[in-house]
Amino acid sequence: MSEYEAVIGIEMHAELSTKTKIYCGCKNEFGGEINTHCCPVCTGMPGTLPVLNEKVVEYAVKAGCALNCSIANLSKQDRKNYFYPDLPKAYQISQFDIPLCADGYVDIPLESGTKRIGITRIHIEEDAGKLLHDASDTDSLVDFNRCGVPLIEIVSEPDLRSSEEARVYLETLRSILQYIDVSDCKMQEGSIRCDVNVSIRPKGQKEFGVRSEMKNVNSFRGAIRGIEYEIARQTALLEAGGQVVQETRRWDDAKGESVSMRSKEEAQDYRYFPEPDLMPIRIEKETVEKIRQELPELPHVKRARYVSELGLPEYDAGILTEYRPTAEFFEAAVAAGASAKGASNWIMGDISRILKEKDILIDDVPFSPQQLAEMVQLIESGAISNSAGKKVLETLFESPKAPKQIVEELGLAQISDEGALQKMVQDVLEQNPQSIEDYKAGKDRAIKFMMGQVMKLSKGKANPQTVNALLKEELDKR
Amino acid sequence: MELLKLTAKEAADKLHSKEVSCAELTKASLEQIKAKNESINAYITVCEEEALQQAEQIDAKIAAGEAMEPLAGVPYAIKDNICTKGVRTTCASKMLGNFVPPYNAYAAERLSKDGVMLGKLNMDEFAMGSSNETSYFGAVHNPYDLDRVPGGSSGGSAAAVAAGMAYYTLGSDTGGSIRLPASFCGVTGLKPTYGTVSRFGLVAFASSLDQIGPLAKSAEDVAYIMNRITGHDKMDSTSLDIAYPDYTKALQGDVKDMKIALVREYFAGADAAVDASVKAAVKQLTDMGAQCDEISMPITDYALPAYYIISSSEASSNLARYDGVKYGFRAEKFEDLTDMYFKTRDEGFGDEVKRRIMLGTYALSSGYYDAYYKKAQQVRTMIKQGFDKVFETYDMIASPVYPTTAFGIGEKTDDPVKMYAGDLCTVSVNIAGLPGMSLPCGFDEKGLPIGLQLIGKPFGEETLLRAAHAFQCATDYHKGGAQA
Repeated sequence: MSEYEAVIGIEMHAELSTKTKIYCGCKNEFGGEINTHCCPVCTGMPGTLPVLNEKVVEYAVKAGCALNCSIANLSKQDRKNYFYPDLPKAYQISQFDIPLCADGYVDIPLESGTKRIGITRIHIEEDAGKLLHDASDTDSLVDFNRCGVPLIEIVSEPDLRSSEEARVYLETLRSILQYIDVSDCKMQEGSIRCDVNVSIRPKGQKEFGVRSEMKNVNSFRGAIRGIEYEIARQTALLEAGGQVVQETRRWDDAKGESVSMRSKEEAQDYRYFPEPDLMPIRIEKETVEKIRQELPELPHVKRARYVSELGLPEYDAGILTEYRPTAEFFEAAVAAGASAKGASNWIMGDISRILKEKDILIDDVPFSPQQLAEMVQLIESGAISNSAGKKVLETLFESPKAPKQIVEELGLAQISDEGALQKMVQDVLEQNPQSIEDYKAGKDRAIKFMMGQVMKLSKGKANPQTVNALLKEELDKR
Repeated sequence: MELLKLTAKEAADKLHSKEVSCAELTKASLEQIKAKNESINAYITVCEEEALQQAEQIDAKIAAGEAMEPLAGVPYAIKDNICTKGVRTTCASKMLGNFVPPYNAYAAERLSKDGVMLGKLNMDEFAMGSSNETSYFGAVHNPYDLDRVPGGSSGGSAAAVAAGMAYYTLGSDTGGSIRLPASFCGVTGLKPTYGTVSRFGLVAFASSLDQIGPLAKSAEDVAYIMNRITGHDKMDSTSLDIAYPDYTKALQGDVKDMKIALVREYFAGADAAVDASVKAAVKQLTDMGAQCDEISMPITDYALPAYYIISSSEASSNLARYDGVKYGFRAEKFEDLTDMYFKTRDEGFGDEVKRRIMLGTYALSSGYYDAYYKKAQQVRTMIKQGFDKVFETYDMIASPVYPTTAFGIGEKTDDPVKMYAGDLCTVSVNIAGLPGMSLPCGFDEKGLPIGLQLIGKPFGEETLLRAAHAFQCATDYHKGGAQA
């Protein structure tokens, strides 16, 4: 197994989050009633014509800039011809030989360091509809809502060498597309789909092996499993003295295997030719420059800044920056006065746990970053304990109001007054002579027990650091 | 019967001066359709009730003294590949035999304002043909001689005007489909510069060549119709966003000092009568002050193959959507999806359409693309350059529209290549996107009309209209006589 090395290239299709579709005025929205987001143009009725949505070009150029591509100042659209019931014109308008963006790269963070993955091209195209096979006993039906939803196809160079690299690559791309706000990248809504090209070769060999192309990969997990399956399948073939044939395979996620769709000889001839209904796409250099300058801080830059400026550990910085709304929430909390590490701990810890439990995204958190900052400050100033903070947070999720008010209402304020605490410490010591003995005899557990007794007495409000200090002081006196 | 002989402009004048009512014009046209359609077969669909209703509304507006466009209320008809909301649009194909568009084509929408649409006109199936014999609804017959073809593909559009079954019509022209039938039926037709009439709602045959245009009894009528159908349309990306002229203003003025080129290649193979009539017409223009030279455009020899490759390639893709899934015809019996596709397309399309789809599919196939489609596009560029060069010196080119007058029904149907060869004079105009006009300039010994083609620079419609109108002021060929 280890004597082979995988060579992987990925074509990622991402739905763009423009308001309207690519060639008509229909809403570009997921989840409408069947066949309600369509019109004569996107259903390919006779005599209708496509008109390019300029936002699509802008979004694609944005992606191109974020992925360090050069942008073609003159590009065109082409027809890709094939018959399928979900493709109403029987051709997909795509781009063939002159894509909008080409020759870019993306740096991906691996454990061994950063690796640069080449981006061959990015082009725009329209999505097809969806076949519904279960709606009728005898026929398949078509939902045209997705017809004409704008897509970009991002084609990587065959620079990936393992399923792990592929995973990081896909996650990096997703993160960037979300950051620049061109795609919401919701896998479960089919916003991202992949075709994966895999070949293997003996380690050290320069020439590529024969590759297979795997289609119908609809999740990152599917992509990783598919790649691992393909590597294992091809390795077994070669080790048994066989040969890999160039073919297109279909990934069956339910069965966890890929099956052959067609061989190279049966490859479809799409008869690409320039789309005569659309004019060439001209993009001025100034337009590209403007888009480039307006790009937001990209995740890898943010990550580096969190480490160097905010002093966060690499790990924290990576997690906080992966999803833009998380980073924005974090930065707003810090801006409102929370310490970076404090805000980070809460976001990565309890907040993220509760989000998972509630199955919501940070976008839908009911309280504000300012409220989180206030809570963190209450803890850091010693006004409330860490465990009281957890209660405040839980309350914030239920009925967001000022953390101070929550502290008051729930009576969570910490007792830090030494006089009051002194009295409690005295009481506990007097009631537990055995524990004093144990402590003197060097049993560490004893002080913990006594701490617990003080906390109990204070109904959990005692400041633990103060209690700890007072206890030690008193014990040493005796 | 006298009413039917009027040009659209003459009918409009009588209508707006209340000499005649819109209902009278409409009824006269409908009666003529009833009398003639069985023999001529120009209409696929007649909208009698709707037309009469529209006429009533227009008469009310005229009585109320409402301002209307010059041709408002003059009954017209539209080729059946131009979508009309709520009125079936068949493309003369079984495939779209039951297709009722929920939208109007841009040009149809423009005419429908204060308009009386008499119906939808027969044509070659999907506009593929030069004789109007490929229609699923049967051939159109030439009003001058019912045993002859009217020319194609807008045969119904030309025959209807010639036979008084509509005052004017819309056709479409991909390689000569307005000009050829205009020539064979003795009417005046204009194929505008590519991009001046929106293609929205025109069922595509070859997207880079198709253009909607008018057919009528005179150049004057054509100018008025152009005013109504041209303009920028956001729904068509190839529609030009320019200032459109008032074409009727071009009718004034004369042809003095106009420079006309006679391209030798367009006369090759022309019948003696056609040759003589066209040259006599040019002489008429030079007598009125125009100048004329004979020149050569050798690239013309490559126009036909380039045209048939480009138009068929685009058609093979444009017609792929007729697959039985969404609208139109679907075969009744089939095994599975692939079989449904095969049977639907086999039963739904006629032979000529299938021939072009196969030709185009072949030309675009991997391994053949460079030799055919790409080469044809190179020829296209050279043809454009050839015209550019000619138009550096000349205002327009004069030529025959077709080498012969109308041929007999069935005469060429067994030999597609012979049929294609006749399009020599017209296809270059579409390849280069130029305006081209066909106007009657004589009759052969059998009394069949002969057409003169005038080709202009891009947006040179005004020059063509001026020359054509001047010619028609000096001659009577356009007054025809077949409608009697």
